[in-house]
Amino acid sequence: MSARRAIARVLARYGISPVSQDGTNISDRLFRAGTFFFALLILVLAGVMVYQMVDGSSLSIREFGWKFVTSSIWDPVREEYGALPFVYGTLVSSLLALLLAVPLSIGVAVFLSELAPRWIERILSFMVELLAAIPSIVYGLWGMFVLVPWIREEVEPILSDHLGFLPLFEGAPYGFGMLAAGLILTVMIVPIVASISRDALRSVPRSQREAAYALGATKWESTILVMKYARSGIFGAALLGLGRALGETMAVTMVIGNRPIISASLFDPGYTMASVLANEFTEATTEMYLNALIEIALLLFTITIIVNILARLLMWTMTQNTAQGGRI
Amino acid sequence: MLGLSSFAALVVVLPLLLIFIHTTSHGLAFINLAFFTEMPKPVGEAGGGMANAIVGTLILIGLGSAFGVPIGVFSGVYLAEYGENRFAQIVRFLTDVLSGVPSIVVGVVAYTIIVLPMKQFSALAGGFALGILMIPTITRTTEEMMRLVPHSYREAGLALGIPQWKTTLRIVLRTALKGIATGILLSLARIAGETAPLLFTALGNRFWSTDVLHPMASLTVFIYDYARAPFEDWNNQAWAAALVLIALITALSLLFRFFSRSRFEGQNV
Repeated sequence: MSARRAIARVLARYGISPVSQDGTNISDRLFRAGTFFFALLILVLAGVMVYQMVDGSSLSIREFGWKFVTSSIWDPVREEYGALPFVYGTLVSSLLALLLAVPLSIGVAVFLSELAPRWIERILSFMVELLAAIPSIVYGLWGMFVLVPWIREEVEPILSDHLGFLPLFEGAPYGFGMLAAGLILTVMIVPIVASISRDALRSVPRSQREAAYALGATKWESTILVMKYARSGIFGAALLGLGRALGETMAVTMVIGNRPIISASLFDPGYTMASVLANEFTEATTEMYLNALIEIALLLFTITIIVNILARLLMWTMTQNTAQGGRI
Repeated sequence: MLGLSSFAALVVVLPLLLIFIHTTSHGLAFINLAFFTEMPKPVGEAGGGMANAIVGTLILIGLGSAFGVPIGVFSGVYLAEYGENRFAQIVRFLTDVLSGVPSIVVGVVAYTIIVLPMKQFSALAGGFALGILMIPTITRTTEEMMRLVPHSYREAGLALGIPQWKTTLRIVLRTALKGIATGILLSLARIAGETAPLLFTALGNRFWSTDVLHPMASLTVFIYDYARAPFEDWNNQAWAAALVLIALITALSLLFRFFSRSRFEGQNV
């Protein structure tokens, strides 16, 4: 007993008393401190990630400054690094995917939440989940051996025959290129955009639909109303999809053709920030080369973080709105 | 409208069916016992397998879990039990942010933290990257599942004189265990298919290696290398590996379904 008291006295000197005023004992405090430590690790991890990237790219940030994102010359041999073609490739392939995926996803979401009978909805939801679980590399494999030949032999000839006068569809049909990247990204982001949009549509109060019907609206009109109500949720879903597309690596790398050029035509090959990391990181022989690549990682990180935060904010407004009981 | 949106549903499901059909039909033709038991053969020699890549993938998943599961679960416990403060809000926000970080960027960070100082590509770095990718999912599901446990459980524990930490570990955490296991399985299924963070951490290896301080093969990097190779034989093996990978992930998500179902059925306490 006296030994215990002695320990208590020592601990008390360091501000850790076995029994505190509010009745928590030492083991509770230790447990709390332990779990706090793990939560703190997440904070530290996030900090270290940012620090490592800023520190690792300091050489190239100092050397090139803003020229890094405005110059389109990427020449490791002459130690000149401009990331514009990669930024362009990332943005164009992702926006193309978004353009195709959003209407499709809204269609699917409306089908799932408003129209489909329960059993179809169940099967379809399961399939959409499966689609989200397929690894990126398998999409890439499929894209390389199935999608790209199909685009080369079927899609691009038809597009250039009928719409070839547009700069978008100029040039020879390679198959590998921006169009393939956009299409594979579309397939990959539809599941996430569709399932979050479906949740947004579902969270619209029943009273909104009933009110529309009571005023004599048709199913179509009431659905439009529901979509309007859920618009910030759907917009958030689209942004989350965009965030996914921007950072997507393997599937895009395998179909985009990997050439650092900026071309208006969707038939031409391109290069994305994620792809250049995947392809050149192990080959970075000089200090400056490595720094430039890490700066690309930092750039990609910053862009995706901003897009993701915007998406979360939008979805958060959606839940706030619904919680307040139905103001549009 | 019914027509339009069912058309959209069809367009979305079609690629899934195509991917499954192609992977199964291409893959099945080249899967045999040797694929699971033999090592990769040099170029030009037919046959061979990916035994080292299969074992490598399992080791990498193990390393990732060893790093990601404790951090994920215990930070989730903190957020659920003590998470009513500013610090917890920041951690919640950061886990959301982390879940949106592209996996290739996580690979770059693992490279600068582990590969650069050790001057050696290693499975350890790969596992570290995979672990980081697991944390957000596990933290969030742990927190949500523990919050689902009724408050009366905690009060009952405390009323019996059980210390709070024991109540948390033995009663609340145990009640939420199935839900947490679901979250862990979900994140395992995700990292099993990751390629990008392994490209310049675990790198890949054509030989048998279980040494975590050296480069290690993985199914995903193997698929990538074999798909780009100009040999038809290798391309076929890439399809076979893709089928094995999908089977692995499907097994994990079936487990996940099993767990999540029995959780809801078992709620008549």
